[in-house]
Amino acid sequence: MEKSVQSMKRKSLLIHFILILGSIAMIIPFIWMILTSLKTYAESVQVPPVIMPSDFQWSNYKEVFVLLPFFEFMFNTFIVTVLRTAGQLFLCSLAAYAFARIHFPGRNVFFIITLSVLMVPGQVFLLPQYMIMVKLGWLNTLQAIIVPGLFSAFGTFLLRQFFMGLPKELEEAARLDGCNHFQIFWKIMLPLAKPGLIALGIFTTLWSWNELMWPMIVNSSPEAMTLSVGLSSLQGQYATNYPILMAGSFLAVLPMLVIFFILQKQFIEGIAISGGK
Amino acid sequence: MKPLPLQVETKSPFKVNSLIKTKKFSDYLWGYVMIAPTMFGLAIFYLWPILQTIYFSFTEWGSFGTFQWIGLENYKLMFNDSDLFQSIKNTTIYIIFTVPIGIFISIIIAVLLNQNIKGKSIYRTLYFLPVITMPAAIAMVWKWLYNGDYGLLNYVLSLIGIKGPNWVTNPDIALFSVMVVAIWSGIGYNMVIFLSGLQGIPSTYYEAARIDGAGPIRMFFKITLPLLSPVIFFVSIMSMIGAFQVFDLIFMMISKSSTALENTQSIVYLFYQHAFILNNKGYAAAIAVLLLIVILIITAIQMILQKKWVHYE
Repeated sequence: MEKSVQSMKRKSLLIHFILILGSIAMIIPFIWMILTSLKTYAESVQVPPVIMPSDFQWSNYKEVFVLLPFFEFMFNTFIVTVLRTAGQLFLCSLAAYAFARIHFPGRNVFFIITLSVLMVPGQVFLLPQYMIMVKLGWLNTLQAIIVPGLFSAFGTFLLRQFFMGLPKELEEAARLDGCNHFQIFWKIMLPLAKPGLIALGIFTTLWSWNELMWPMIVNSSPEAMTLSVGLSSLQGQYATNYPILMAGSFLAVLPMLVIFFILQKQFIEGIAISGGK
Repeated sequence: MKPLPLQVETKSPFKVNSLIKTKKFSDYLWGYVMIAPTMFGLAIFYLWPILQTIYFSFTEWGSFGTFQWIGLENYKLMFNDSDLFQSIKNTTIYIIFTVPIGIFISIIIAVLLNQNIKGKSIYRTLYFLPVITMPAAIAMVWKWLYNGDYGLLNYVLSLIGIKGPNWVTNPDIALFSVMVVAIWSGIGYNMVIFLSGLQGIPSTYYEAARIDGAGPIRMFFKITLPLLSPVIFFVSIMSMIGAFQVFDLIFMMISKSSTALENTQSIVYLFYQHAFILNNKGYAAAIAVLLLIVILIITAIQMILQKKWVHYE
């Protein structure tokens, strides 16, 4: 008995050892980002490197805002993320409910069309989408990023799976009470589909906040730039000034980090849902 | 359409029919109204563009947005484009390494986290951090860690007497360096999916195996892997499709003037160059079509192969 307790202890020690090694590898880039962002330029290129900055250079952060309209980038990214996420949640769940719960002619055809979009790599859409933006005169506007992002085959599919799994009884009872489909959807089904909505919401939020290529293609002027593109232009201009670059990077990822720490459980469950059943 | 239990209460059969009919008709209407915005948006921004891209792949572009039909020229050009071949090679290497290694590490971490240990949620949070972090920022930090002269990595290596290379500017290892970052940033995502898959495996299986005297390694191969195989299948398809479209990391980590660019640029990177920098929009469209075909083929192959190794309960 004692032997097995000891071997259990040894086993859990080994597990912790491996997991801690991995965790160090995960966290070091973040720590190094923050430490570098607080160093002077001279400190950052010192050999051997100084680990702790002798004096926290908060001015690096101020510098980022002076060099580039970083507040505007943050604001743009925020607007884009919020509108895309809200819009997608609403439109996808509407369509998903209809696909899952209403019988109408052509439903399967429309659904297969939606699925076919899901199979196509994003680059296939980019050129024509860009030309649509040119035609609409939307280059360098936020709607160029927001509007195409309101529609999602993935989101529709994900939420449809969710609605399919919900019990029929509630819906039938509501229909007998004279509710129409929108009322059933809005009052009964949507609250029940909350885990699915959270999963899609997290996905869209992450995607919108972090996306690089599309915003870079359509919005190259600072007043409509998002953070990812802003970072890339910061890198273009201050290629070797790493304290400034790291301060900018940290500012760009901080909002997501904060949201993640607040909504950790939802994030992880949401990702698990999207990958699972 | 199931008839509603309505008819039980009403008396006139005629009325019932018309009621059901209007109900049915209003059903159809609601269906169309509810899918309309999404279908409309998908048609304009996604479906029509697919057809247009295919059409553009047969055209050549002038400088003022004019284009003309050139038939299969772009596709013929591909066969003599050494850049394209190199980018296909780079992307293939990238996929071959990042997908299996990434999945392997994620499974190990997930299995370890599925044990009865303390501090699970802290570990899970740490491993998940890169998933929520902007790839542009991840690329910058790693570029800094990789810096040949002042980078932390080479400093650590120097402590054990190794002179580290220029990780992102040396053409021979730059792709390898990018792959490490890709694996690093993808572990958390896959781990969470595997973890939820593992939690679906009934513990009775393990108990039975333990009674039969099976060790942990044997249990891993005989129980965990087979029962996890549908999840592994899903993750491997998604990771492969994702790896095929690698762009952000390469774009941010490898400078445009670097000699390492040739050995690192991916198919999508080349697409971006031709489409939006060099204004070879016709050729770019042909590359996009190539990408579409390859991804469809790979998905199909995976679907066929899955019958051989995926166990559904």
